[in-house]
Amino acid sequence: MAVAVRVEGLVKDYGKLRALSGISFEIPEGELFALLGPNGAGKTTTIRILTGLTRPTAGRAFFFERDIFSSPLYAKRLAGLVPQATNLDLELTVWENLLIHGLLFGMDRRSIQMRARELLEFSGLWDRRNHKVKTLSGGMRRRLLIIRALMHEPRILFLDEPTVGLDPHIRRRLWGLIKQIQTRGTTILLTTHYIEEAEFLADRVAFLDRGRIVALDTPQNLMTHLGEAAVDVVTPEGLKTKFFPNREEAEREAMKLSRAGETVTIRRVNLEDAFLHFTGRKV
Amino acid sequence: MRGFLAVYLRELLIIWHRLPRMLLSFSVSPTLYLVAFGFGLGKNLTVGERPYLEFLVPGVVAASSMMQGFGINVEINVARFYLRIFEEFQAAPISNWSYVLGEILGGVTRAFLSTFVILAITALAGIHLHFGPVFFLGVFLNAFVFASLGVTSAMLIRSHADQALVTNFIITPMVFLGGTFFPVEGLPAWARVPLKLLPLTHASHLIRSAAYGKPVPMVSLLILGALAFGGFFLAYRSVDRARD
Repeated sequence: MAVAVRVEGLVKDYGKLRALSGISFEIPEGELFALLGPNGAGKTTTIRILTGLTRPTAGRAFFFERDIFSSPLYAKRLAGLVPQATNLDLELTVWENLLIHGLLFGMDRRSIQMRARELLEFSGLWDRRNHKVKTLSGGMRRRLLIIRALMHEPRILFLDEPTVGLDPHIRRRLWGLIKQIQTRGTTILLTTHYIEEAEFLADRVAFLDRGRIVALDTPQNLMTHLGEAAVDVVTPEGLKTKFFPNREEAEREAMKLSRAGETVTIRRVNLEDAFLHFTGRKV
Repeated sequence: MRGFLAVYLRELLIIWHRLPRMLLSFSVSPTLYLVAFGFGLGKNLTVGERPYLEFLVPGVVAASSMMQGFGINVEINVARFYLRIFEEFQAAPISNWSYVLGEILGGVTRAFLSTFVILAITALAGIHLHFGPVFFLGVFLNAFVFASLGVTSAMLIRSHADQALVTNFIITPMVFLGGTFFPVEGLPAWARVPLKLLPLTHASHLIRSAAYGKPVPMVSLLILGALAFGGFFLAYRSVDRARD
């Protein structure tokens, strides 16, 4: 399978602040790859560099083995960007926003009309096509932002915190949309600080902390590293978690602690546990 | 080419959606200038052998087209810092010149709209001047120069407050000193020389000569042409500076 995105030693400095400390990774074509980390970890900076919005201090990046910094227009044609901030033209209609995007990416009028119709129906926004964006709800705006990025049929889609600030039910609806996009063959790089989002959507996850990738694997492998089950114990110092290779062992420990008067909860290991293990802090 | 069309079409669509309030707002300042300085103060004044109102109208056209051309900087600022649309342009496979030309022509279009509003008010007031191709060429060059400077300032200046400073210290004084309300030729030499360096002085001169049906002042035309070329180059170079 072709490598859609290859990043080698990417560094970004903002003055004296090092936002990225030489990160490297590869994304095979068709994969949904998530960068997971807290605010300020360097997720957005990575996406901004890969989409041509920010210049890197050092490092190289390739889309399908072609250097994106020496061929920026080639790279931009392949990439679609859903930024963290909803950067839609609020005073223009839904249709007009898609029209402008299509023209920006060199599409002819006929292709724009066909593609816009297809995507508006796909996202459930067809009935709103002539409404100004400022009249749409937050969830509709996010859906529009995603389909706008798909207008020119990008082979690589960058989603920067696509569901941040949305209600849980709208978030789940967007997850469905993102999964459908992936099944059409699009390679996706997603950043998020929602653990369950990375766990549900991603084929592989990179933990990004203070500008460094501290772990990279499938969600299952990252979690299995700690075991299968976890026991949370409430202590005067705070919540403490113990990990066990299987649920039976966790239950035995929980029983023992419970008899000793401790308050305990048994649950399965999640990505947050793995993140905490690798970085020493929560997302 | 489609990149330029996209940027310009976006500006046209914004103008279209705001047209009624935009036309209304374009009419406020020129009407006030004409009423206060023309019908009020200057009703019985003459400049040369012409009524002051006939002197004033081309000046107000020059000042207004300058303001509307330069005003594209506010639109770009809003698009850049509030709506973040500028990132959509940066992430698109379009060249810097496509972006710059689209925005400049957006400013020029606004300038022409404000000019048409003034001409409509002028016609209603019964003032008759010559509005031929050179008159509109003067408006175009003037708007192009100041829209280029507007794009440049929007790319280089990173806050609304600093943008307002540029308007307050450079654009507003030029409105009053660039041959809009009084003939620069009537001033003593020490004042005349610096005012002749202002682009608006040449724009006023070119537009006024055309409105009077006089021969084209080639020096002013060439200076404005050169400034338009230089302004475009400045704007073009400033776009890369806007990327962090």
